[in-house]
Amino acid sequence: MPDTTDLILTPNLDNADDFYATLLAAHEGLSKEESDALHARLLLILANHIGDNKLLEQAIEAARKAG
Amino acid sequence: MNKIFETPLYPYRRAPEQDEERIMRHKVVVVGAGPIGLSAAIDLAQNDIPVLVIDDNDKVSFGSRAICFAKRPLEILDRLGAGDAMVEKGVEWELGRVFFGAREVYRFNLLPEAGHKRPAFINLQQYYFEEFLVRRLRELEAEGRPVEIRGKNKLAAIGAHEDHVTLEIDTPEGPYNIEAEWLIAADGAGSPTRRMMGLDFVGKVFEDNFLIADVIMQADFPTERWFWFDPPFNRGQSALLHKQPDNVWRIDFQLGWDIDREHELKPENIDRRLRAMLGENIRYELEWSSIYTFQCRRMERFRKGRVIFAGDSAHQVSPFGARGANSGLQDTDNLIWKLKLVIEGNAPESLLDSYDFERILAADENILNSTRSTDFITPKSEISRILRDAVLDLSARHEFARPLVNSGRLSVPAVYDGSPLNTADALDGPAISRPGAPCPDAPLGDGFLLDRLGDRFILLTIDAEAPDEIEEDGITVTRLSLSVRDDTTGALKRRYLADEPSAVYLIRPDQHVAARRPSWNENLFRAAIRRATGKE
Ligand SMILES: Cc1cc2nc3c(=O)[nH]c(=O)nc-3n(C[C@H](O)[C@H](O)[C@H](O)COP(=O)(O)OP(=O)(O)OC[C@H]3O[C@@H](n4cnc5c(N)ncnc54)[C@H](O)[C@@H]3O)c2cc1C
Repeated sequence: MPDTTDLILTPNLDNADDFYATLLAAHEGLSKEESDALHARLLLILANHIGDNKLLEQAIEAARKAG
Repeated sequence: MNKIFETPLYPYRRAPEQDEERIMRHKVVVVGAGPIGLSAAIDLAQNDIPVLVIDDNDKVSFGSRAICFAKRPLEILDRLGAGDAMVEKGVEWELGRVFFGAREVYRFNLLPEAGHKRPAFINLQQYYFEEFLVRRLRELEAEGRPVEIRGKNKLAAIGAHEDHVTLEIDTPEGPYNIEAEWLIAADGAGSPTRRMMGLDFVGKVFEDNFLIADVIMQADFPTERWFWFDPPFNRGQSALLHKQPDNVWRIDFQLGWDIDREHELKPENIDRRLRAMLGENIRYELEWSSIYTFQCRRMERFRKGRVIFAGDSAHQVSPFGARGANSGLQDTDNLIWKLKLVIEGNAPESLLDSYDFERILAADENILNSTRSTDFITPKSEISRILRDAVLDLSARHEFARPLVNSGRLSVPAVYDGSPLNTADALDGPAISRPGAPCPDAPLGDGFLLDRLGDRFILLTIDAEAPDEIEEDGITVTRLSLSVRDDTTGALKRRYLADEPSAVYLIRPDQHVAARRPSWNENLFRAAIRRATGKE
């Protein structure tokens, strides 16, 4: 498998604190139900941006293993 | 109610065997005159293989059943001489609309790909479908082809032997016995043949009920497919509206698992649902209403010695994606040419094992697809509902989410990848026509390619040399010689050559590709013919 399809699991965010704050802010004032929905939409948007099923499978696997 | 439901199409008549001591042995007996049994019989009769069809009924199938017939089955029906009748009567639709809650989230247009004789699918009531098949069968009978259909002949007992099958048949005038060299069990999802032989039928039951109403309306709804997720008139469930010929509309209400069937089927309750969906002032007549549940399952093997299962008797899928009758037709398309070669002694019985391989591969694909649709329509957990709703919300605004919306995937034919009948691909050609694939259609002069294939082995040459006819161990293969010079639309090149300058294809009687190479090579093609007939 070429390296280009490998999931990045080392620090890659431009500014981790800013991103995290933006993510929290998006959920502010939402009910649990609204937050769950937002979360799901966000996930789908990001998945589409990535587009590559192999990468996405690796991401799902990494998420599963870390819990 | 439409009177075709009540017309006996093959009324009971006393058969000669009922007055004879001697037990008669038939070449092929087909149990069941549903869409699949009738197609099998027509195919056999066209090939001059004697066939007897028995059915415990004498009419078309009752009630609301299949309405959506896809392109590949229509192409098969062309080969069976029944395609025109279906397409002329059927309605074509291209526009689909998807609703989520009270709003329309998006519409889609299924623009058909150009250069095919048949549309992507048509809507047609199953009773018309069966009526047209019976008519075709009668036509063949009138031509003197060896086919007979017996109504009110119910298979009551079966005995499987090494080289034949014994049948006990119940009739209004009592039972009689016959034998068959081969038996095709097309006796539906509840297959008595399967039950009597003690064979398995395993899979998944979906805990859901659907109310189907077929209504006759003089409404000016356009010819479109409307699908609702969680609509105000059926909270938490789904609904579907689909047009059929004669101003009949199929309306499907998902009901959920824990329901009171009798209550739901009361005309006043159906009326309440219909008005909530279509408006208080609609005028309609109820043609048929029923409640169904469904399952996705298949037999482990489709053939047990001389008994071969086809259609719903072998596999059952949820109706989402319309894969029941559509795939059953491809079963018989796959089976009959093989059975003919075996019966006529031109192929070993083991050729029939490839029916198992190829059609089980297809059944698994169909079960997978219809299970996925069901999981989208009926989320099984809180999180799957959250994800489903997120897809639908996004689909209103962003095109990317629309391919994730799954209210049933169009039935497309399986490619028999890895089939023992395929010869390894030796052409750098398009994937859609690789060995195992059904031949894609293409315009040819005033007609179409598929009308020139079928029923026999063909050597399709495109700007390549080959003999006009070759015979290999009892199998005659005839050449169809084409050139890109005559390919005014470019479809032939796109679908069969890609960037290659020439090609030779070996095509099976069911219009699937068996082998392909850039040019003729006698030894290799002879080997491919042997392979495609179970001899290597
Ligand atoms: C609501 C609904 C919607 C559907 N929509 C679609 C769709 O849009 N597209 C699609 O392709 N499919 C659809 N299907 C599936 C389709 O109806 C079936 O796949 C199809 O009818 C199967 O045909 P068959 O010939 O295998 O079996 P059947 O149609 O069930 O025929 C079996 C025949 O065997 C006969 N028989 C049974 N027992 C005996 C016996 N002991 N002796 C003699 N004869 C016997 C019966 O009388 C019957 O005529 C739908 C099904 C339902 C319920």
